Amino acid sequence: MCSLALFPAPLACGQTTLCESNNELLSGTATDHRLKQDSSPLSLYFPRESLKLHCRTESSSKAAFLDHSETLWMRSAAAWRDGGLTGLLNEITNSNTEVPKWLSVSSGFTLALLRWFSSFHGSLFPHLTMSSENMLAEFSQVLNWSDCVVRAFAWHPHADKFAVALLDDSIKIYNPKSATTPTLKHRLQRSVAAVQWKPMCASALAVACQNCLLVWHVDPCSLSTRPSSGCAQVLSNPGHSPVTSIAWSPSGSLLVSASPMDTAMMVWDVASESCVPLQRVGGGGVTFLSWSPDSSHVLASTPSALFRVWETRTWTCERWPCVKGRCQSGCWSPDGSRLLFTVQGEMVIYVLTFGDTPAGVPTCTSKGPQAAAVVADLSETTFNTADGDIIVGGEIHSLSWDPTGERLAVLLEGDPQAADRPAIIAVFKTRTNPIFELLPCGFVQGEPGAEPRMMQFHPNFQHGALLTVCWSSGRITHVPFYFLGAGVPHFGLSGSPSLPRPQERPADFANQSLFTELIS
Amino acid sequence: MFSTEQSCWFIRKVVCWRAVASIAWAVLLLLPITAVFVILSRFSLLHPIQTFSECLSFLTCASAIFSLILMCGVIIMVGFLNLEYYTVIPTIACSKIALLGQLLHPRQFVNSLAHCIMGIIVAWCCAVTLGGRYETIGYPCTQGDGTDSSPQMCLNEYHLILLLAGAFVGFSHSLLAVISNINYVSFHTVQQYKYLRFKGSLPFVVKCSAAQALYSVRNYIVVYFFLGYIPKAWICKTLNLHLNSSVHPLDSIAGLLDLSLLYHQWISASFLLFTWNITLLLFRIFVTEVYSFPVQSSFTEDAHQCLPKVLTDKQPMILKFLALQDVALLSQHSPSRRCEVFSLSQPGGHPHNWNAISKECLSLLADLTQRLVAYHDTVATNGRAKSLSTGSERKTSSETSFTSATEDLMSPRPTLLLRTPASVFARFVVGTPHSPLTAPFTPDLDSPFASPALRRLTAPLDQCSPWFGTVQSPHIMRRAPKLWSTSTDSQVNGSPPASPASVPSPKQEPFKPSRLALFLRNRKEQLPEASSQALFADSQAHIWALEGLSYLVQASFSEDQFGVIQTTLPSILGCMLILQEAVDRHFKLPHASSKPVRSASGMGDSTYKTLRFALRATLKTAIYRITTTFGNHLNAVQMSAEHRKRLQQFLEYKE
Repeated sequence: MCSLALFPAPLACGQTTLCESNNELLSGTATDHRLKQDSSPLSLYFPRESLKLHCRTESSSKAAFLDHSETLWMRSAAAWRDGGLTGLLNEITNSNTEVPKWLSVSSGFTLALLRWFSSFHGSLFPHLTMSSENMLAEFSQVLNWSDCVVRAFAWHPHADKFAVALLDDSIKIYNPKSATTPTLKHRLQRSVAAVQWKPMCASALAVACQNCLLVWHVDPCSLSTRPSSGCAQVLSNPGHSPVTSIAWSPSGSLLVSASPMDTAMMVWDVASESCVPLQRVGGGGVTFLSWSPDSSHVLASTPSALFRVWETRTWTCERWPCVKGRCQSGCWSPDGSRLLFTVQGEMVIYVLTFGDTPAGVPTCTSKGPQAAAVVADLSETTFNTADGDIIVGGEIHSLSWDPTGERLAVLLEGDPQAADRPAIIAVFKTRTNPIFELLPCGFVQGEPGAEPRMMQFHPNFQHGALLTVCWSSGRITHVPFYFLGAGVPHFGLSGSPSLPRPQERPADFANQSLFTELIS
Repeated sequence: MFSTEQSCWFIRKVVCWRAVASIAWAVLLLLPITAVFVILSRFSLLHPIQTFSECLSFLTCASAIFSLILMCGVIIMVGFLNLEYYTVIPTIACSKIALLGQLLHPRQFVNSLAHCIMGIIVAWCCAVTLGGRYETIGYPCTQGDGTDSSPQMCLNEYHLILLLAGAFVGFSHSLLAVISNINYVSFHTVQQYKYLRFKGSLPFVVKCSAAQALYSVRNYIVVYFFLGYIPKAWICKTLNLHLNSSVHPLDSIAGLLDLSLLYHQWISASFLLFTWNITLLLFRIFVTEVYSFPVQSSFTEDAHQCLPKVLTDKQPMILKFLALQDVALLSQHSPSRRCEVFSLSQPGGHPHNWNAISKECLSLLADLTQRLVAYHDTVATNGRAKSLSTGSERKTSSETSFTSATEDLMSPRPTLLLRTPASVFARFVVGTPHSPLTAPFTPDLDSPFASPALRRLTAPLDQCSPWFGTVQSPHIMRRAPKLWSTSTDSQVNGSPPASPASVPSPKQEPFKPSRLALFLRNRKEQLPEASSQALFADSQAHIWALEGLSYLVQASFSEDQFGVIQTTLPSILGCMLILQEAVDRHFKLPHASSKPVRSASGMGDSTYKTLRFALRATLKTAIYRITTTFGNHLNAVQMSAEHRKRLQQFLEYKE
């Protein structure tokens, strides 16, 4: 089941994907594209040079000052404050001329014991030995996070606005209807790994930072371009950092956050700033969270070859051990009945089916899923283009499913060293009703030299689906997919019954179904 | 109190059994806790194996079993006190005086006494367990310098110090319980199974028991150092014991700085607090467990246990809270039960279930709105007239009240305020004596400083007032208290002033506040945030009402076959929008939007301090849930122009 062979070949150099119309992806040259895109207010470009970066971290400023001799007590207190127990022991061990010998020896012994224990713990869970920056880069849904100009992106679930987190730790909010673009900066807003707007709310934006979670309240009517840091709630819990993933419940009442260092996943009641830790030791941390759109399940993947699916009514979980690697990414179907996920080290997409399956499919049981099924195989495939052979495929970095359940975007990692193996976005057509089907659609490509880093579908695009892609060049573009939806059950107004789906499949490759539940 | 509630089926059949189950688990857990205590108290690093064999032999001997039985009795008593004193609505003291009043309440005195006695019993068990020098209160000694060595019984001060430590820790625990509202039972937003909740909060209980024990022992040592001779002399006198002069007395610095004694005191206090806190934790977990009420029953004798009937009950509060929680949960998670709510009665075709649920939820929300409006009025007058004695400030305060009154005239008020019966509010204020709402209001009522506005509001059906018949517009009704805010009582019955500017006149002050009264008043205003907290003390109920209503309305978009919801949709939206306005106004007050200091120490649940923020967020989310579901269909709903304007803000995501 080599799925990518059925795809149309990637575009030639200089061509970029513009949109999907009449069931095929249209492309244009880069200059056309730029002209067209620049006219729309939502296309943004953040050149790397325009950002002022932090050149040094807070702790390194110590070197700029003269060494000042303090008493041992002061130094110990400072070490306890900065570095905790380890820092205190280190300080006592190092200042062995001032303390009694037995104290320095015993603290050195304790320190060695602690180190041995932590290295033992680290050998069980190798990710614990990483620095927090590396950890964020490793577990982020953004490809090559540490080198990325746009570090996080989030569409508002209801209104037409989005938030962009940049390399200089600022967040900008763009709204085509308003002239002001508020810039959010906060002392604690470092290394933003994810941002997400609160559903059922106009103003709240949750930000996953290195040491804490921030929830900004940005008044949409305010004309201020720099909301003060008083507008942000700081949610932090000892040991729960760095935060790599956050997810709001679709009803807007709860926020869950995950950190690879913490085996507990935190469920926050943001208004009262209280949290309930949901602790499960296996796996050694939580890296990625995704709340199903019907708010009944939460996917929580761990750094080990194990992920969990939490059920949100009584907060119990199912364990899903993987064979090869950790669960890298996952996404839910709009009705919350199917979970697509990918595993690091494998080139396939798996599906898990939850809840009652649609009627008329005799093969599925009504119980929970027993095993995951493979729906797509994205192993490497060579395409002959005008510019030579291009190898597409490989490991999958992230998945994104549009809210109507008709398009699935897959970000393939590629190989940054090899020129003929670019990172690329492959888009599938999907159907979830009455049975789950997967059909090829095409590749989304940007300007020459720009790699896709992150993607997200617009939550309520009227004419089909709108994929927003952040490129390595610092550009953010939007690729619309125009189609008539097949009428997915909706709760909003847009879910009013639409026209019956026209025969929209011409008789070429797109007709070949990659996966259906009937044949698998 | 307990006997009057006995009649309720819910207390009898559910809450009592839950309490019994929690006590049973606490008693079962006592054995492992005691074993751990024994091991920790006797542990010696050099002889670990010997320690274990000693502990094992101790645990099987008769005295250990007897003390275990005593401990079981104490646990059962603690569980009973938990059941007796628990509350789902915290009592918040608005001033230091009120807090003092709570501490000196006879009921509290009984509670403290009980805790003292239980502390002594547990400490005696600890003394038996620790053994050695702690075991008995008297020991034979030879007094004197050897010439007439007659055998006497001497006082074992180690035993005494441990017993008194138990009493002190028990007493301070009961006092801290009042200050930190330890008997307040909060409900969790995350519904976990009981075992998982217990497992999750166990480390916290261990930590906070140990910390609390440390502080208590520290305080106890100070007290014993200064006052230790009194109980010592008393015990010696009553039990006819002698003080051994050859042994160093313990109420001295050298005697108290005995590390092993300190450790044993601390671990005994930790053991005591841990067993009590575990009992409390189990009680909280069991009693707040979700209870699923039937929406409708086919048998009439079960009708009083169904959700529509149970919701309207006022008295046991726990029943009302659990019923509202059930409404909120069924509206989110269970389509089949939602279907029952939307169904019509079989003969007649009336949506009785929905009507009862929505009516109760709406009346709860209307109550809160009334309360907020009344509070806002009293604060606008009371809060500014801080120093009544100076004439100049009075002038400014009256001016500000005048301007705010004219502002009120400019902006048209929703008329629903007038339409809601005033008795709704009166019921809350003068109703149940244990209602928290009496806390912010009643103390002011009989004090000479209560503004006439407040008195007016608490007696809204004041038939004698000449205003009663004449007031037609809600503006005047609302303006009235503000106009009279700085005037004296005599003016209430007089004719209304022609212009508001003529009201203030320093000469009209009939009495001068005495110095003591001023002092008391200043004490009263010391905790400004507390009055805001007290206002929202039972807001968990409102949060569930909002959640339940909004989720039901959301589900009705696709599930309501008979259009049951549609008839009440205008009143639901109107009620929410009015509440939103009142809440917004409340948060503009000083102290209302300041976050409480986060103090996670102790077993006291401080969720009530942030309930107002939770309510504000839930309210906004609830309105957005309805507007996102119905979208532009809401334009067809009948409502006033001001509400439509407000709703349009929500439809455009601009709130």
